[in-house]
Amino acid sequence: MNQEVVLRAKGISKSFGGVKAVNQVSFDLFKGEILGIIGPNGSGKTTLVNIITGFVKPDEGVIFAGEKKITGLSPHQISGLGIVRTFQIPRPYPSLSAVKNLVVPLFSSRIQRTTGGKLGDRDTVALDILEEIGFERDAHAPYKPASTFSEGYLKRLELARCLALRPHTIIMDEIFSGLSVSEITAMIPIIERLQMNGITIMMVEHRVRELFQLANRVMVMNFGQKIAEDVPTEIAKSEVVKQAYLGVK
Amino acid sequence: MDSATQERRKERIDRGIKVRTEGIYAISSWQGITYMALPTVAFVVGLLILPLVVPTMAWQRIIVIACLFALLALVFDFLTNFVGIVCLGGAFFTGVGGYISGLLNSAWGIPIIFTIPIATLGGAIICTLFLLPCLPMRGIYFAIVSLMYPLLFARVIQALNIFGGTDGLPGLSTFPNIWVELYLVLPIIILLTFGIRRLVNEDFGIVLRAIRDNDQAVKASNINITWFKTKAVLLGSAIGCFAGAYLAHLYGWMGLSLFALDFSIFPIAATVVGGGGTLVGPVIGAFILAPLSEMLRAFGPLRVVFYSLILAGLVIFSTEGLVPYLERKYHQFERWIEV
Repeated sequence: MNQEVVLRAKGISKSFGGVKAVNQVSFDLFKGEILGIIGPNGSGKTTLVNIITGFVKPDEGVIFAGEKKITGLSPHQISGLGIVRTFQIPRPYPSLSAVKNLVVPLFSSRIQRTTGGKLGDRDTVALDILEEIGFERDAHAPYKPASTFSEGYLKRLELARCLALRPHTIIMDEIFSGLSVSEITAMIPIIERLQMNGITIMMVEHRVRELFQLANRVMVMNFGQKIAEDVPTEIAKSEVVKQAYLGVK
Repeated sequence: MDSATQERRKERIDRGIKVRTEGIYAISSWQGITYMALPTVAFVVGLLILPLVVPTMAWQRIIVIACLFALLALVFDFLTNFVGIVCLGGAFFTGVGGYISGLLNSAWGIPIIFTIPIATLGGAIICTLFLLPCLPMRGIYFAIVSLMYPLLFARVIQALNIFGGTDGLPGLSTFPNIWVELYLVLPIIILLTFGIRRLVNEDFGIVLRAIRDNDQAVKASNINITWFKTKAVLLGSAIGCFAGAYLAHLYGWMGLSLFALDFSIFPIAATVVGGGGTLVGPVIGAFILAPLSEMLRAFGPLRVVFYSLILAGLVIFSTEGLVPYLERKYHQFERWIEV
């Protein structure tokens, strides 16, 4: 595998009151891989995502995107660098249609910069992205307000919003949660295709089985600390991980 | 509950003509075109002939005042329902706009034709700069700050006795006659109502509406929301400052009453009456409430009581507002069906 690092975190810590949500976490994210992050509830996975994407400022530690230090940048600046995220609970714009939901990222300065202002009609580009992610172009779905969508479509819309920004790295915060088995089965090939297109993916997930199917490497967190990092097959055998999840000794 | 209501319920169905005139099919028949254009034409023509049908000049004056309140209501509706900024800064805008225009006119004798545009732009910049630090705040916090500024400015003017102090400055230039007063501001209202409606459906406006729906997701989309909010507030305060400057020249006097709380509260009432999020609604609401509050003057001190009762009644019995109600009646019919 190509060992170019797209994201490097060094000694990240964050406390909320007396709770150490994230404690001295370091990791590398290599170009083109899928890195899975698992851990019990409250182990600091989502906080880690929030820190990387600038929504929460870390107490300690630095994060580099390539050579550039990104700790201290605001969310809109980090997303402008091509590192985008989905939210655990989908955050659509309920009053706007799916197409208009995507007009927002297409209006961003990153897209204006990368396309040199020659994007064309944003609605048409939005339709293309939606079709790629599983909205039928000729159906009414892309034109219905987002408030009418099911969880499965909302998660797709989340992913579509990320893709509209033409990212090199997507951080997915529990993209499978709240989805039915058939919706997850539909989502897996979409994620595989993203990886084939050269996008680096970091997945925070509770669905261990599906994650192990997709991920190249898995990092395990417990009580804010990184307790293991290895290929999925080794993680599945690891005693430390079993102990964290099941409490057995 | 009696049995009749349990077995029947009201059903709303789109009128045939609405379905037949959707999209491009609107121009396939004269009926279709008429059906589509009628509400807009009625609004525009209604506004333009309103000054001609009222009996006295006093009423025409009330219409000019209603126009200025309509502009403030438009700003409130735009910022609240399309950008998600609950702005109670109506009095702040009118005060700053009115004082800039008044000072330019009385100190240097600059004519109205220049003072109003200067006050509109200059006032917008000043108001926006003052509101800029509060833009990252959400909901009620921004509302409180925007409500405090006019009080702050009024007290400063009073305490330092600057710009005419408590008495204000009389003798500003006024408009040549009532017709100029009327027909200068009426087309501006029409232009701004449809202009803003156009704006919120453009891609720029879509981003503003997205900020109202979910600002975190907009931040995650490489969009600097503070910058977009700044532009929206600049537009809103420009309209508000214009209303203030207009008001100062209307009375030929500038004083602390330009910072009166009414300018902040009235737009909310007009938006509630007319229907929020429609842009046309708040304008119509202002044209209902301003004359109503004048008519209630006959009741003397009881005026506020009646005014409050009417407003409370409207809020309780018609929460959707006038324009959404009319829209529903226009596009749909209702019938009882057996369940």
